[in-house]
Amino acid sequence: MATSVAVGDTSQVKKNWWKANQRRLAPWIFLAPGVFMFLLYVIFPIFESMWISFYDWDGIGDATWIGWDNYIELFDDDAFYVSLKNNVIWLVLYMLAVPAGLLIAIFLNQNVTGIRLYKSLFFFPFVISQVVVGLIFAWFYAPNFGLLTKILAGLGLGDIAILADERFVTYGIIAAGLWPQIAYCMILYLTGLNNVSPDQIEAARLDGAKSWRMLWYVIIPQLRPATFIAVVVTIIGALRSFDLISIMTDGGPYGSSRVLSFYMYEQALSEYGFRMGYGAAIAVILFLIMMLFITGFIWKMINDERGVR
Amino acid sequence: MKRYLAGTASALAVMSWLAGSALAGTIVINADTSDPAPKQAMEEVIAGFKEAHPDVEVELNIFDHEGYKTSIRNFLTADAPDIALWYAGNRMAPYVNAGLFEDVSDVWADNSLDETLKSAAASMTMDGKKWGVPYTYYQWGIYYRKDIFAELGIEPPKTWDEFLAACATIKEAGKAPIAIGTKALWPTGGWFDYLNLRVNGYEFHMELTGGEVPYTDDRVKAVFERWAELVEPGYFVQNHAALDWQDALPLLVQGEAAMYLIGNFAVAPLREAGLTDDQLGFMQFPEITPGIPMAEDAPTDTMHIPANAKNKEDAKKFLAYLAQADVQSKINATLGQLPVNNQSDVPEDAFLGAGFDMLSNAYALAQFYDRDAVAEMAKAGMEGFQEFMVKPDRADAILERLEKIRGRAHK
Amino acid sequence: MFPKPIEQAAPATRFGYNIALPVALILWLLPLLGVMMTSIKPAADLTAGNYFGLPSSIALVDNYTAVFENSPIGQYIWNSFKVTIPTVIGTIALSTLTGFALAVYGFRANLLVFFMFVAGNFVPFQILMVPVRDLTLNLGLYDTTMGLILFHVAFQTGFCTLFMRNFIKALPHELIESARVEGVSEFRIFWYIVLPLMRPAIAALAVLIFTFIWNDYFWATVLVQGSHALPVTAGLYSLNGQWVAAWHLISAGSIVAALPPVIMFFLMQRHFIAGLTLGATKG
Repeated sequence: MATSVAVGDTSQVKKNWWKANQRRLAPWIFLAPGVFMFLLYVIFPIFESMWISFYDWDGIGDATWIGWDNYIELFDDDAFYVSLKNNVIWLVLYMLAVPAGLLIAIFLNQNVTGIRLYKSLFFFPFVISQVVVGLIFAWFYAPNFGLLTKILAGLGLGDIAILADERFVTYGIIAAGLWPQIAYCMILYLTGLNNVSPDQIEAARLDGAKSWRMLWYVIIPQLRPATFIAVVVTIIGALRSFDLISIMTDGGPYGSSRVLSFYMYEQALSEYGFRMGYGAAIAVILFLIMMLFITGFIWKMINDERGVR
Repeated sequence: MKRYLAGTASALAVMSWLAGSALAGTIVINADTSDPAPKQAMEEVIAGFKEAHPDVEVELNIFDHEGYKTSIRNFLTADAPDIALWYAGNRMAPYVNAGLFEDVSDVWADNSLDETLKSAAASMTMDGKKWGVPYTYYQWGIYYRKDIFAELGIEPPKTWDEFLAACATIKEAGKAPIAIGTKALWPTGGWFDYLNLRVNGYEFHMELTGGEVPYTDDRVKAVFERWAELVEPGYFVQNHAALDWQDALPLLVQGEAAMYLIGNFAVAPLREAGLTDDQLGFMQFPEITPGIPMAEDAPTDTMHIPANAKNKEDAKKFLAYLAQADVQSKINATLGQLPVNNQSDVPEDAFLGAGFDMLSNAYALAQFYDRDAVAEMAKAGMEGFQEFMVKPDRADAILERLEKIRGRAHK
Repeated sequence: MFPKPIEQAAPATRFGYNIALPVALILWLLPLLGVMMTSIKPAADLTAGNYFGLPSSIALVDNYTAVFENSPIGQYIWNSFKVTIPTVIGTIALSTLTGFALAVYGFRANLLVFFMFVAGNFVPFQILMVPVRDLTLNLGLYDTTMGLILFHVAFQTGFCTLFMRNFIKALPHELIESARVEGVSEFRIFWYIVLPLMRPAIAALAVLIFTFIWNDYFWATVLVQGSHALPVTAGLYSLNGQWVAAWHLISAGSIVAALPPVIMFFLMQRHFIAGLTLGATKG
């Protein structure tokens, strides 16, 4: 313990003032660098984006104030609705990662030899970059020679180019995204299962609870913290989905796999995109959608904080 | 290893130049020449220029070809080189309008380029000024398998009916008549350009890509009707939306497809993959509306001086050098493309010879859909073309959507 | 323990489980195994249509040397390290400070600042794209690893602050109180008392941030353009454009790009999972 640290000479007034006030000032000194960076790079840009969304700006020349025009245009833009629809599909289907992760976690929550290695290998996809995941699945889905195509052909379903077919493309990308996301949820649940109180399980067993009832009434309630985090990271993951779309389809075919985050990038910075204001408006909409969820999370966290005190 | 070293060398160049150490008498060139032939051509030009101007140093930064298209706007504003490679036509408009390209009319005047680079003068002019120097262009047209045509007894079609008949014959023989990969969208632009140029002619095509005519015009619908005559019977390869243009090359090489509407840059990889000049042929896109003068797509590549360049004086020397007849002969011999300077020699090559003859007799030259149309329209347009090639029954809905976007893009 | 330990089950079930385990794993990793297989196939196998059979010969050395020789992937990997390591250090430095401040002091704006970090961390980062790109351009850091590092440090500070604050909150507060009674200054308390106790949290975050930043693709595309600063994720994307249909090279490149975080994960597994599952057990 470092309590033996010398307090030092106390004769100076200045130092006395510091001593008297240091507990009030210290937190702000500790916070300053982090808060400064966070304000500069995260908080201000949010408002700046909102501001830019009222301009017509190609990112290189002068910007012109156009008021609500970007938003008016947005609500009359087919591509926007396609993106929005895909975002909803992403949100809904991505949620499958939560129960799927739980199932795998239950499957793996055993003490046989080598189980630790199995757990690591199941978790593996999460560690890989989404770029690599995208390339792996692009290969998996490739028409003519992809593994999946071969399997489907073997089942007599013919040659389907998943990533070039507007009916399947979004689902194909989501499946690729689920792969690492399920791994993430699995690891959350494995940790959660480790901490389920054994007494309650025993008690329930004595009451004759069968596996499924036990899972539903005893285990899942105890896994609530893990579920909360799994849901939060899955929602965020679904709304941020960008990498896989960029790598696997670039939004195609003819824009049918776009989501808002991708459409925003496309409008503002891609090869043919010069519309910073319009892109910012899309981002603001995405932000508002996310705000619904963020408010929910924060609400819960505030309640938890109150509960602690 | 070579490529890796080049990357490192250019990285060092960028870093030293970011550090502000650009000396007087140094010009920095940003280029998208990541493919082998263009890269070599670029290096040769620079070597030649250094010989002619020993007092000027040249630094070359090579970017990935596709990545360059998005990088350019950043470096033009942030840390501009002295020379940037780009494309003619509307593709340069955003930078000209934003004042990011330097007016180089004086280079044209001093070297009487209006004479020697006449064919590309119009596509380099905006607001009555010249904004860059063109150094190469290439033809588009139909590359086809001569041996398959001979086997099936098909003559290269000259008219639309002959073309349809040829497609039908090839399809019956169990092959795909036309190879294409539309994943990157732009290959669809070639089809639209040619169909529109042949159905409605050059003037209408330029009015349309210039945003002056609605996409819901009956003449545009007529283009889609012709196009549907190819899409509906399945004359294009299957799953083209999953393929890049390079992915479609093996189909031609393996004889699974017989024709490919593409630029002359496809010849090199086709030869490399084993097609001989006895197997590969080139033909002009057939006539559709009789009597309409034949115009062609011939995209032009250019070099520009960014407005924020540090050494404009030497950069202008470089552009003047680049415009010389002998220099353009040499670059294009390496590139396997056509020189813009009309005093230059056309490289000795069957396909370039054919292309040169075709373009010399052309009524007019269009750049390409994504260079003639403004960026927003180009993207939406080619997306619409791709959708049409998958779902031809949506033609009307697609055209209405394009019209909506035209209304916005040309306010 | 849930479910019932398999040792207590009937022998048949036990046997079944031992079979199901490897089968499930192979199915789970099927796409990855396919890519690994492709990465050691000679190019001739692919043109000959041998996509799934065993490779006709092992071209492991050929393919992987080809990847390094005809692409700047070595440079890309080096760039990734140049971005990732300073980001890890910077983020940890900032977030131990902020985490300490928010965990130890009960000033009025405490919760407000805390939730600013938390909320900012959930933001879809596309909304930051245009302004952050402009900011980086104006700072003259566009297309440099420094530009990327600064943004990553700032953004990751949000997540790490949440983590550090909760970690410090769980430490015994009496330690700090008794030090204060003895007149130890606040900075010394941080440096000599709290920081040494935070080692496990720092280790966990370091591994986690390393992986996140290594795998970042979006910001690399927005803030960097040339191969001198491009990290391996974005580099791989541009190589994908050059290696069309050369799946043996794409596969080998992908595996090379994935390797560093994978190695990190297997070496530091305990810390990694501790970091990731923080909060998954307590409510």
